[in-house]
Amino acid sequence: MTQAVLEVNQLTKRFQRFCLDHVNFSLEEGCITGFIGTNGSGKTTTIKSILGLVVKDSGRIRLFGEDLNKNERKLKDRIGFVMDEGYFYENLTLKAMKNVLAAAYSQWDEAVFLSYIKRFKLDLKQKIASLSKGMRMKYAVALALSHHADLLIMDEPTSGLDPLVRSELMDILLEFMQEEGKSVFFSTHITSDLEKIADMLILIDHGQIIFEEEKDELLETHVRVKGDNAWINEETRGLFLSVRQSPYGFEAVTNQRDNVRAVMPEAVIERACIEDIMLAYIGGDHDAD
Amino acid sequence: MKIIIQNRSNQPLYQQIKDQIKQAIMTNALEEGERLPTIRALANDLHVSVLTTKKAYAELEAEGFITTRVGKGSYVAPENLELLIESKRKMVEEKLLAACRMARQLGIEKSALHEMLDLLFEEEDER
Repeated sequence: MTQAVLEVNQLTKRFQRFCLDHVNFSLEEGCITGFIGTNGSGKTTTIKSILGLVVKDSGRIRLFGEDLNKNERKLKDRIGFVMDEGYFYENLTLKAMKNVLAAAYSQWDEAVFLSYIKRFKLDLKQKIASLSKGMRMKYAVALALSHHADLLIMDEPTSGLDPLVRSELMDILLEFMQEEGKSVFFSTHITSDLEKIADMLILIDHGQIIFEEEKDELLETHVRVKGDNAWINEETRGLFLSVRQSPYGFEAVTNQRDNVRAVMPEAVIERACIEDIMLAYIGGDHDAD
Repeated sequence: MKIIIQNRSNQPLYQQIKDQIKQAIMTNALEEGERLPTIRALANDLHVSVLTTKKAYAELEAEGFITTRVGKGSYVAPENLELLIESKRKMVEEKLLAACRMARQLGIEKSALHEMLDLLFEEEDER
C-alpha cells in the first residue's frame, strides 16, 4: 500500500466561468477514496481530465507510477469507469453495447460479466434506453468490473438512486476491495455513502482542493460543538471552522476540541459526520455567493 | 475475539483496536500462531477505514505482538515471555498510577494506600 495508483499534479483546466486550479492529489493503493464537493465544485471536470474526456490545459497525471500521456492505452486497460451519464448508445441492447466496449479491453472476462448480469437481474436483450436509473448504474458497474481493472473510477455513481441500490453498490465495492491491489476513486455529494466505506477523503471546492485526509482521522479530529450564544465572541469564534447561531444557542464545528473544552467547559461536544465537516470547510464561502 | 469500538471515546480508533487485540493476545483469547483477519476484512467488519486497521497492525507488529508475512497475512507472534510480563506489568502500573493520583488529590496518604492494597489482596485471596 505504498505506491500511489493515481497522482494528479498541478492539473489545470479553464472554462469561461469555472477554473480547475492547480489540483494536486494522489490515491493510495488498496484504498477507497471519496471525492467530495458540491455540484459545480470541479469533481466531474477532474475525473474527465483524468480519463482524457476533457483536454486539460496543463498538469500531469500518473497512473500506477507511469505517465498517462506516454502509455495511455496500456494504463487505461487497468481502469474501470462509471460515469454519471451518457456514454452508452441508447438504441443498442445491453449485449450489443457490451460487445462494443469489451473489444477495447485486453483482459475482458465474459464469465465475470455474465455473473454480474445474473446477479443484478439484467436482461441482455433489453435496450439501454429502457433501463431504469438503478439498472443503468448496475449495468455500468458490471461493464467496469469485467476486465480485471485495478482502479475503479466513478463519477457520482449513487446520485438519484434509492438507498437500497446505493447500499448494494457499496457492498459490491467492498467485495471488489477484498482482492489485493485494488483501489476505488469515486465522487459524490451524498456523503453518507462514504461514511461507511471510504478510507480517504478529498474535498474540492471552486476548483481547488481543500483537504486530502484519512476519513477516520478527520472524524476523530473534528467535532460538533453546541452551547450558549454568550460564549461566542471574537476570540472564541476563531476556534471554530464555522458557527451557526439561532436565538437559542450556537452550533459549530471545530478541529480544536481540547481548546474549546478549555474555554467552554460546559459545551456539548458531539461526533461530527462528514457532511458537517464538509459544510464547515466550504459553508462560509457559499453563503457569500 | 471481541472488539468494541466506541465512537464517543476520546481514544483514536486505531488505538482502541490495537489495545483490544493486545488484550486478546494477553488473555489467550487469541493464541500463538493464530491468523488475524486481513486489514480489509477487519476494517469492513468494524466499519472503520483500512488505514486505521493498518495502523493498528503496524503498531502491534512494532511492539512484537504479531508478525506479518507479505501476501500471507498477520499472525499472533510466538509468545515472548519477557514482552508478555512487561506488558502485563505495564497495564497494572497504569491502573496503579491512576489510583495514586486520585489518592493524592483526595489527600489519602501513601501508608493508607499500602494498607488498602494489602487488605484488597487478602480479601481476594479469601474468595
